[in-house]
Amino acid sequence: MTVSRDNSKAVYEGIKSAGIRFLTAMPETWLVYLLQLADGDPEMQLVEVAREEEAVGIAAGAYLAGRPNALLMQNHGFLASVNPIVSLALLYRIPLVMLIAHRGHWGEPYPWHTQGGIVTEPVLRALGLPFEYARDPLRVAAQIREAQILAWSSLSPVALLLARDLMED
Amino acid sequence: MKRADCIGALHPELADRLVVTIMGGTAQELYDLGHRENFFYLQHAMGLASSIGLGLALSRPEERVVVLDGDGSLLMNLGTLATLARYRPPNLTHVIFDNGSLLSTGGFASHTTAGITDLAAIARGAGCPRVLEAGSVYAFMEAIAQAFEDTVMTTIVAKVEAVGPDHFGMDMKLPENAFRFQRHIADLA
Repeated sequence: MTVSRDNSKAVYEGIKSAGIRFLTAMPETWLVYLLQLADGDPEMQLVEVAREEEAVGIAAGAYLAGRPNALLMQNHGFLASVNPIVSLALLYRIPLVMLIAHRGHWGEPYPWHTQGGIVTEPVLRALGLPFEYARDPLRVAAQIREAQILAWSSLSPVALLLARDLMED
Repeated sequence: MKRADCIGALHPELADRLVVTIMGGTAQELYDLGHRENFFYLQHAMGLASSIGLGLALSRPEERVVVLDGDGSLLMNLGTLATLARYRPPNLTHVIFDNGSLLSTGGFASHTTAGITDLAAIARGAGCPRVLEAGSVYAFMEAIAQAFEDTVMTTIVAKVEAVGPDHFGMDMKLPENAFRFQRHIADLA
């Protein structure tokens, strides 16, 4: 299993075509090509954080400043961010576009990812956050654009779960 | 030195800056001096005021951003100092009021009490490019004057007494604060 270069490019092109020029990210294996693309793109402002909770604050600042933006994180980072999602984004009605590498689920060979993988969807449901799975490289750009539209119209965090079918070859 | 005195001296200098405060007494003391549309009070999500400030400062490099942080909040997100040091927007001033206490949540001693943990040293070690310390209102305002030259991101650690306001409350809903703050920034363009 290797991370899909082509599909990472499809995701990145989706981010760009959604008008997003500001990314807050915590590096993770499935996101490696995406982050390389962002890092090498002079049009993109990439902020890498020490822990994903910070990313929620930075993304909120970018939003308040009027900049379309997205967060890139692993699902364990999403789980680490539950408090700021609740007590910053939901409390103040601040939209977040979260692109989440959905590790630890169907087909996961590594035991350490599995518990986070299994609880990700139930936690999203418990928080009342709209989410979709991205599995098809031909659909992912539209899904990112739609995530952005819904987040900004609903003033809510939304999640697009980047699934194994998409992120691995 | 009291935090309220520092904020009182600072308030007139904040008219044309975007200000993000932490929760509790810090937010209340600023609000009580007179709310402005360029003030955002983070009443929860402890530790993220400086992260919001970073997002603002990077997104609007022509604007100047001030974060009013505290020891209790900062200790909940020390990684922010490293992230701030890495991106170091020159238009950001990060003020940390260190009262050695979790004053708004019961007055328990924080890790900085009696000088055990030195936040200025941590900020320097994290790589924050200019870290100033203040123990009097005069020294605080001198540090602010340096910071507000806006040539380099500045971190100010101000040692203050563990005292706060005797009341809490604002005539403003939390989302309303976010909506008005965002609209204010949009109208600056």
